[in-house]
Amino acid sequence: MDIDKDSLPTQQDHPSPISFGLDLRSGVPTYLQLVQQVEAALRLGHLQVGDRLPKVKDVVSSIAINPNTVLKAYRELEIRGITSGRPGVGTFIVVAPPTISTKAFDQLRSELVTGWLRDARGVGLEDDAIVALFHSALSESMYLANSEGSRSESDGDA
Amino acid sequence: MNALTTEKLTKAYSTKVALHDCTLAIPQGSVVALVGPNGAGKTTLLEIATGLVKATSGGATVLDGLEPGSLAALQRVAFVAQDAPLYQAISVGSLVHLAEALNPIFDRDFAIARLKEVEVPWKRRVGKLSGGQQAQVALTLAMARRPELLVLDEPTSGLDPLARQEFLAHLMNQVATSGMSVIFSSHSLAELERVADYLVLIVSGEIQIASPLEEIVAHHRVVVCAPGDLDGRHEIEVIDRQLDVRFGSHLVRTRNMETLRGLDSHATTLEEIVLGYLRRAQGIRVLEEIGRS
Repeated sequence: MDIDKDSLPTQQDHPSPISFGLDLRSGVPTYLQLVQQVEAALRLGHLQVGDRLPKVKDVVSSIAINPNTVLKAYRELEIRGITSGRPGVGTFIVVAPPTISTKAFDQLRSELVTGWLRDARGVGLEDDAIVALFHSALSESMYLANSEGSRSESDGDA
Repeated sequence: MNALTTEKLTKAYSTKVALHDCTLAIPQGSVVALVGPNGAGKTTLLEIATGLVKATSGGATVLDGLEPGSLAALQRVAFVAQDAPLYQAISVGSLVHLAEALNPIFDRDFAIARLKEVEVPWKRRVGKLSGGQQAQVALTLAMARRPELLVLDEPTSGLDPLARQEFLAHLMNQVATSGMSVIFSSHSLAELERVADYLVLIVSGEIQIASPLEEIVAHHRVVVCAPGDLDGRHEIEVIDRQLDVRFGSHLVRTRNMETLRGLDSHATTLEEIVLGYLRRAQGIRVLEEIGRS
């Protein structure tokens, strides 16, 4: 048993390539900030498949947050299929996050430019009004998505 | 398993009711922030949980059924009072020996290692340490007792921002390692949003909110509308509104997001939610005073 344990790589041998930071003013939930930082690090190539995420204990010691928040972030990453936890060893990157294809991106963009944005200008909206409208629509769509989520949860209680 | 349970807890002093009908059921493993204005009853609640004060009526138990202050509870609950009171005249080393001699369970190696880590000089007199160092010593002694419930009364109030951050980091590290429950009172809303996962908001001796943080944030929204727009909507409680405006922000509490359909609403931060409740409580107090005079 002891030999097995000794042969496992330890955090000291291979420190995780990333450390987390927090933006308390952003309004983005803390666990989601951690998730987004892992995804961003993957997109930028700072993290690769096989890399280990920092231990929960090390994260809470460095940025003073609740350990359950870190666990929640790691669970979310696992649900998204990005990481895999190996009990007693650590949490490892298994796949890069799905990125939107260039083709889909270009198509959405051109639909926005030649469609909705042209219509908006057509009725006389200025840039500020367009941004305000977009933000309000974005928050409504997030809110609808959230309320659908919370409703299905509360169904379980009833 | 509950870390702290109270049932219609009331504490009346000769001139003032400090707590009134407080009912709580806080799950074990929680990091609980206790917030409220000065004089709201926070310290009284913590003192009842640790057995230093007896309730006038109603009851409190810790760690599933133990009576606060009983021998069984004393061994499993640790308390650091406000301003971390320590014996000032003896050295840090002597204080550690004293704590070891006075407690059936005391992890001496942990205490020594941790004090070294936070660079508290072993031979220095406690009274000569900075406020931040004294807070670290008090926390170390409390944690070395390996409590299952750690109760802290405004642990960070005397600390500068860096010392505060280090203190909280160590506390969270211990929570991650041992799984202990923590109840702490605080005036720093930014701090509690970061480290706590459960919030108890108490105003004038009465509990306003007692829920997991996530639930609190999920059940409150800011609605920007005319006051009349909220009339006739179900399952909605307006917590805070700007008075005498035709159009403004309303902090509302609802479990049913559907009821807000068609209104411009957005999620808000824990800080804004707590401020809304505090403003409401202050408004009620002002109205009562006007009523009396």
